[in-house]
Amino acid sequence: MIDFEMPKPIAQQRYALQTVAENMMRPVSRYFDEHEHEIPWDYINFMHMAMRQTGAGSLAPSDSKKDDPEKKDRPRIGYQSLAFMLEMLSWGDVGMYLVTPGGGLGAAAVEATGTPEQKEKFLARFRQEKPVFAAMAMTEPQAGSDTSAIRTTAVMDPKTNEWVLNGEKIFVTAGHKALEVSPGFVVVWATIDPSAGRAGMRPFVVEAGTPGVKVTKLEHKMGIRVSDTAAIVLQDCRIPFENILGPAEVISKKETTKGFKGAMATFDATRPLVAATAIGVARATVELVKELLAGQGITIRYGLPPQKLSAVERDVIEMEVMLRSAWLLVIKAVWMADNGMPNSKEASMSKVRAGDVVTRITQKAVELMGPLGYTRDYLLEKWFRDAKISDIYEGTGQINRLVVARNILNYSGSELR
Amino acid sequence: MYSFEPNEEQKMLVEAINRYATSDLRASAHDADEDNNLPLKLIQKGWELGYLQASVPAEYGGFGEHSAVTGVLAAEEMAYGDLAGALAVMTPGLFALPVLLAGSEEQKQKYLPQVVENPDWTPYTGALLEPRFDFDPNDLATTAVEDGDAYVIQGEKVYVPYAESAPAFIVYAALEGKTQGFIVEKGTSGLEVAERQKLLGINALPVHRVCFNAVRVPRENRLGGPQGHDFAPVLDSARVAMAGLGVGLARAAFEYSRDYAKEREVFGVKVAQKQAIAFMLAEMATEIEAIRLLAWEAAWMLDNGKEEASTAAYLAFTGAANMAMMVTDRAVQILGGHGYIREHPVELWMRNGRGIATFTGLALI
Repeated sequence: MIDFEMPKPIAQQRYALQTVAENMMRPVSRYFDEHEHEIPWDYINFMHMAMRQTGAGSLAPSDSKKDDPEKKDRPRIGYQSLAFMLEMLSWGDVGMYLVTPGGGLGAAAVEATGTPEQKEKFLARFRQEKPVFAAMAMTEPQAGSDTSAIRTTAVMDPKTNEWVLNGEKIFVTAGHKALEVSPGFVVVWATIDPSAGRAGMRPFVVEAGTPGVKVTKLEHKMGIRVSDTAAIVLQDCRIPFENILGPAEVISKKETTKGFKGAMATFDATRPLVAATAIGVARATVELVKELLAGQGITIRYGLPPQKLSAVERDVIEMEVMLRSAWLLVIKAVWMADNGMPNSKEASMSKVRAGDVVTRITQKAVELMGPLGYTRDYLLEKWFRDAKISDIYEGTGQINRLVVARNILNYSGSELR
Repeated sequence: MYSFEPNEEQKMLVEAINRYATSDLRASAHDADEDNNLPLKLIQKGWELGYLQASVPAEYGGFGEHSAVTGVLAAEEMAYGDLAGALAVMTPGLFALPVLLAGSEEQKQKYLPQVVENPDWTPYTGALLEPRFDFDPNDLATTAVEDGDAYVIQGEKVYVPYAESAPAFIVYAALEGKTQGFIVEKGTSGLEVAERQKLLGINALPVHRVCFNAVRVPRENRLGGPQGHDFAPVLDSARVAMAGLGVGLARAAFEYSRDYAKEREVFGVKVAQKQAIAFMLAEMATEIEAIRLLAWEAAWMLDNGKEEASTAAYLAFTGAANMAMMVTDRAVQILGGHGYIREHPVELWMRNGRGIATFTGLALI
């Protein structure tokens, strides 16, 4: 039965997170935007402590709940709960959300593609006393959305039973924190057979402290400045054989894209979550715009025909339509994930729409507020800068359009390039 | 707990309407538009699907209960066939649903069985729209004034479906500045059904200008009885109905242009294999789904008496009006020159699509 009632546990969690967002994020939002690469330890330590107590925080819902007989019959809401959590933290500050300890995309990749032993080995660290970070390294200087063009190699050394990794990775979110600030790890995508294209691609877990891995640069960005974006060089970096996620050999021709599909399965799960972060920024923006307008005596007269509204009111109403409808796409995509339904199309739809609306809403907000909007007195200009990344990372708006288009047209990658 | 899965009854209803919409409404839409006429048999078949009857409780002659969520699903599926046909089938709801949502007990008992127990589709109708560019359902130019044991209605209405053959109307008028519905029976003195209007789209649906020249209606014909009624539930229903219809119409246009693009060759590949077209289609599909969910949520809020329901209905309507125009415009564009030719349905859908923003009050759920 069609139902839009927010589940009770989510409503409670949301209330708690709003307190965090209001008290631990918003007050320091501007400071960390202007002090790039400083680390917001107060927030990090607080979140780590809170998440240790509640068990929340990983980008993939915990498996243990599945096996709990008492919870067996209850509908699963793990991804929904995460989407709401990310939305609210991003409402606080999306850059700061990205430095939440707990593993981020790296841990999500282990969750999605690792064996039970690997999960235990690599994920246990997030439950320890000190906050730990993980990251995912996919992009290379010459390969962004076209991930099949990745050149980083992983070669087996039979003498030592180790993988030897060589290559350069860029745009690694939290790479610095995962390798240098905490005993974390980076999931590095590399090819075990450059002639096999995507079929040869595998994720490898490279732990902090491994010789041969080095952070070479921290990027200076338009927005989300509190989140570190690292360049990493792997030079004869040796890791144990069992640090490969997924099968160790290129299998049959039929399954040629299996390695790549591991990455894509991760994206089906994480795209709606990234969309949720975009929605958080968009909601913060719409709320602040309405608040500032109210301060100047303008309240939005919902219900009037557009012909009777002011241009400002029409803009705000359009923002709300965009915001609300995009958020519902996110909720549907994660609801499908929770119910084990294939959601590749819906995941990408939610990402397309969220990336679109957050950029349009934040741009319109700066425009609408005129001389106020453009100043750093308010966070609108920061959100304008923060928002743009939502349309780029985790698959650009264009890549996600391609995914949606292939789905609705029933085309393969070769039929619609 | 969130769920995006209609229940079994709703699925069966949607399936039944879908069959009717594709094999009857869609099949007749072109000729109906050209002839400015919907065959009565066609409408009757839609009536027999029993959507309105199933919205009315048994005590008033129906066999179900009202649900805006079911209504929005039904509206989408009807309009997926043809908007004019959908509006025709839904016309008796313009009378029955306000009585159900806002009428007094006496009014429900008197009027609902007349409409829903009738085996024949009979165009009981409603009159809300007025001839002004900034028409506002909460600020009507048509007025009602108390006069002894009656109300006197004065004003002019437009887009009144089947006004010529309607046994009774619900007419909306401003009573002391507030929109109130009044039941006006056919033949009442001063009620003048004027010319049939010629429109940009929905040509198959007969809509008329109707004048109310000091029409006296007895006090008991005020919707809701002597105390009157809250207009919001009626307006909210009208807005969500239009959102559902807009989604259905857009879905038809999207699917047609998608299928065309997969057939049509250009530069040695299918049109759909060009990213310029594929991306347009991806955006259309995304937009339709986004607004569909907005309409569902608004309907769900109405059913559950949520405080923000009216705002949600308004936002869903606003979003659907823009979405329907965007999607139908692109559908024509994707077919290129062929889209502009009346042999293909997309130009009709584009003309109808522009109407979603305007048609408040032409359908209720």
